[in-house]
Formats: sequence, structure tokens, C-alpha cells
Amino acid sequence: MTTQPVIAIEGVTHAYSTETGPLPVLEDISFNIAPGGFTAVVGPSGCGKSTLTKLVSGLLKPDAGRVILDGKPVTSPRPTVGMAFQNPVLLEWRSILRNVLLPLEIVRGHGLSREAAEARAHELLALVGLSGFEDKRPSELSGGMRQRASLCRALIHRPSVLILDEPFGALDAFTREDLWQIMFKLRIEQRVTCMLITHDLRESMFLADEVVVLSDRPAGIQHRLTVPLGHDRTIEDLYKPEIVECLAELRRQIQIAQGRQPATEEAA
Amino acid sequence: MSKQSNRLIRQVVVPLVSIVIFLILWELLVWWRDWPNYKMASPSDLTAAYQKYWKLFFVYGWQTLWRTVLGLLISVLFGTALGMVMGFSRVARDALYPLLVGFNAVPKATVVPVIALLFIGADNTNTVLMAFMISFFPIAVSVSVGLNTLETEYRDILRALGASRLTVFWKIALPKTLPEFFGALKVAVTLAFIGTNLVEIIEPHGMGLGHLFDSGKINADYPLMFAVLLALAFLGILLFYAVVLLEKIFAGWAEKPDT
Repeated sequence: MTTQPVIAIEGVTHAYSTETGPLPVLEDISFNIAPGGFTAVVGPSGCGKSTLTKLVSGLLKPDAGRVILDGKPVTSPRPTVGMAFQNPVLLEWRSILRNVLLPLEIVRGHGLSREAAEARAHELLALVGLSGFEDKRPSELSGGMRQRASLCRALIHRPSVLILDEPFGALDAFTREDLWQIMFKLRIEQRVTCMLITHDLRESMFLADEVVVLSDRPAGIQHRLTVPLGHDRTIEDLYKPEIVECLAELRRQIQIAQGRQPATEEAA
Repeated sequence: MSKQSNRLIRQVVVPLVSIVIFLILWELLVWWRDWPNYKMASPSDLTAAYQKYWKLFFVYGWQTLWRTVLGLLISVLFGTALGMVMGFSRVARDALYPLLVGFNAVPKATVVPVIALLFIGADNTNTVLMAFMISFFPIAVSVSVGLNTLETEYRDILRALGASRLTVFWKIALPKTLPEFFGALKVAVTLAFIGTNLVEIIEPHGMGLGHLFDSGKINADYPLMFAVLLALAFLGILLFYAVVLLEKIFAGWAEKPDT
């Protein structure tokens, strides 16, 4: 593809300063995500995956290298980014509708009238199956429903980039599969470019076009895998032999990253 | 029975009945031990005091009430500001905590003559100042802890959109701290009353229910003393429920639904 990538991560290196000296977390990470693309980042826990989301969103600055969003280097947080975390962080004192509308109170010049904004919120909530819950408080919703509302909030201001930091990690297995399907629908219909951090390999296969495996801290890129699935996926696809093979490969790469299995071949 | 009337019974009738039972037990205790008035007056003795001095109760009660409320308001402003500084800055927290704890540990009764010397004759100032000084501590601590324990994700959802620290404070940190704030305010209400009465009793200046208590003591009018205590308790309850009402309005979302 010759189109300019929406997310370009170029040689990003980052270390946290701790009392015992600098703790290197990420080392020379580079990958691109094309417009409308979806890349999942997996890796051993504590390897710095969440740090990567903070670098891409501009909440942290890399020590070396740079992140380019929509052709411009990231120097500070940008309103063209949407974020969702494992904790849905809905504001308990607001209705679901007002929670979804929150980003529009921050982002300037979104050009949406109050009515248009509410119409978009209703549309997004309908897309994730939360029609009729607009006036409920977050405490009245289940964990899965809260996470769906949080996805709507992340998309309300039409971000070009959606950063997902293990948003389905705290859900039970069945709810999680529901949300995968909703997320896949959202990514197609909202034409947003996504970066997902996860430790669920099946999740990464179902949602992403490409899976990036990070090595243990300081994390570099251990392996990259293109998902052999198109835009018409079902959960059943995860049981196809070629997908099962990919999953086994990802698992093996993670084990190499954790140092539990000797590397037989050097990954790119 | 409808849910509404059920709630009315629970929230109004039950507390009232418990107060009546308390007064009856008090009456019975005095009657059974056959205590004279100067040892302990019984509730039935107090009606005479209220009948005789009802005007004074209103005048002095009002003086006590407005000075307490003013002190409390200052305490809310100052305590919130201090809590914000401590909640946002580690250095400020480390610097101010020992000072605050030390200040809070000083018995306020000993401070009354000191501030009376500082502001001679400024009785309202002294009283309001004491009500404030005794009550701002829990507010400052609760706001500081509330801000300090805000999960980073809450900050990040707005910061990632380019929101300023002030915006994060107004939209998220402040409302999220409200339940803790009201919890502290309930404690502060009672403390502020104690502050006002300390000044009224220790530095008598002819104002407030504390003064009425003092004249009861000087004139050996024991039922009057007990009547003042009861009036103070009444004002305390009044102010406490005013805070509960505010809490329902501003932080009602934090209430767990009835089960």
C-alpha cells in the first residue's frame, strides 16, 4: 500500500526514571498502521505495552524516535485520538448519554451542534446495542455494557485514531466475544485506524489485520504476523486450521519473548 | 404499603420515635434515682425554662447558628483550597501534613484566650474564627485524599484530548471527590458548633447559646442549662440534615440503591 500511514511509530525508545536509575521499557519500536487498519500489540505482561499507548496518544514523550499521526509528529495530546481502557472510567454522576458526549466538551471546533452531537451519540449507542440506556447511570449497567458505552465515548468526536488498552480484559469470556464483534463492526463502519493492546491472542486475531509481538522488557519487536482474514469475520473463523496455526505461532513467539523457549529462527 | 410512604416512615417517623424514647428514658432515670434539679434536670423540668426564656432562645440560638454557619463556609473554602494544593502537589503534602496534624492536635479551648487577646472585643470575629479553625481539617484531608487517589485513567481520558489540568479538575476530580467531601462536612458541622460554643462559654461576651448556658450556671438555674444543651443538640441536628440535603442534591449519584 502506498498511502501514507495514519499511525507511524519510528524507532521509539523510552525509559522510566526510577530511584535506582533509568528503567528502559521500549527499545527501537517501529511499525505503521495504514488508514482504517487495525494492529494488535501483544507481549509478555509488564513489557511496556501500555507505555506505547501513552506515547502514541502524546501523554508521554519518547526518549528517542518519534510517533507520527496523520502525517504530523506527536508532541502533545491531540483531539484526533480516542482512547478506551480496561477500566471503562465512566463518570458515575453523568447519564450514559452525557458520558458519551464528554469528549465534545473538551475538543474545540468539532463543528457539531448540540442536536447533531446527540444524534451521533444515539447512533453510536444504537450501533453497540445500548439504545434505550441513554438516561441510565453507569452504575445501572453491567460491565460489558459500560465498556460498550466507553467505546462510544472514544468515538464520539470522530477521531482518526482509536487506541485500545486491553478494553475487554476484565470481561467474562462470552461478553468478551460479544464485544469483539461489536468492536469489529465499529472499526469497519466508523473507518477508524486502531491500535489494540491485549494479551488475548484470539482477540488479536479476530480484530486485527496485523499482530505485533513485543519481546520482554526492554521491549523490541519480536515478531509480526499478518492475519489471513478479511472484513467478513465470524467467531467461528477462529477455529479454521490456518488461524489455529497462526495462534500457535503467536503463542510460540510469546514464549520465546518470555525466554521460555529457545529461538529457532530470528524474527524480523 | 407504597414505596413512598415506606420511605417517609423510615426517614422521618423512626428517628422521631427514637428521640421520644430517649426523652422518656431520661425522664424515667431522673424519676427513679430521684435526682434533684442541680444534679440532673429531667425533660419535664425543661418546658418551664423554654416557656420563660423562649425569646432568648431564639435570639441567642440565631447568634450561635449564623456564626457557626459562617465559620463552616470559610472552612469549606479554605479546606477545599488547601486540600487541592495537597492533592495535586507531593511537596505541599509532605510540607503541610505535620503542620496540620499538629495544629489539629492542639486543644482548641487553649486557643480561645489567645485569639481573644489577638482580637480584643471582636467577638464575632473570634467566634467565627474558632468555628473555622476547629472544622477545616477533615475537609482539607478528604479533598486531598480524594484528588490524590483519582485513578490515572480518569485523568487520561481527558488529558489525551488535550484538556488542561483545570478542566480535568472541574469535570472529573472535583465531582468525583464530592462524596468524600460531604462525609467530611458532616463531621465538620458538629466540630464548628463546638468551636462556636467554646468561645461563647470560655470568653463570655453576652452572645449565643453558650452565654445563656453560662447565665444558667451563674444563677443556679439548672433546668436552663439542660434546656440550652438540648437546644444546641437541636441546632446540630438541623445543620447536619441541611448537609445531608445538599449531599443528596450534589452527590446523590454516589448513593447505593435501596435493597
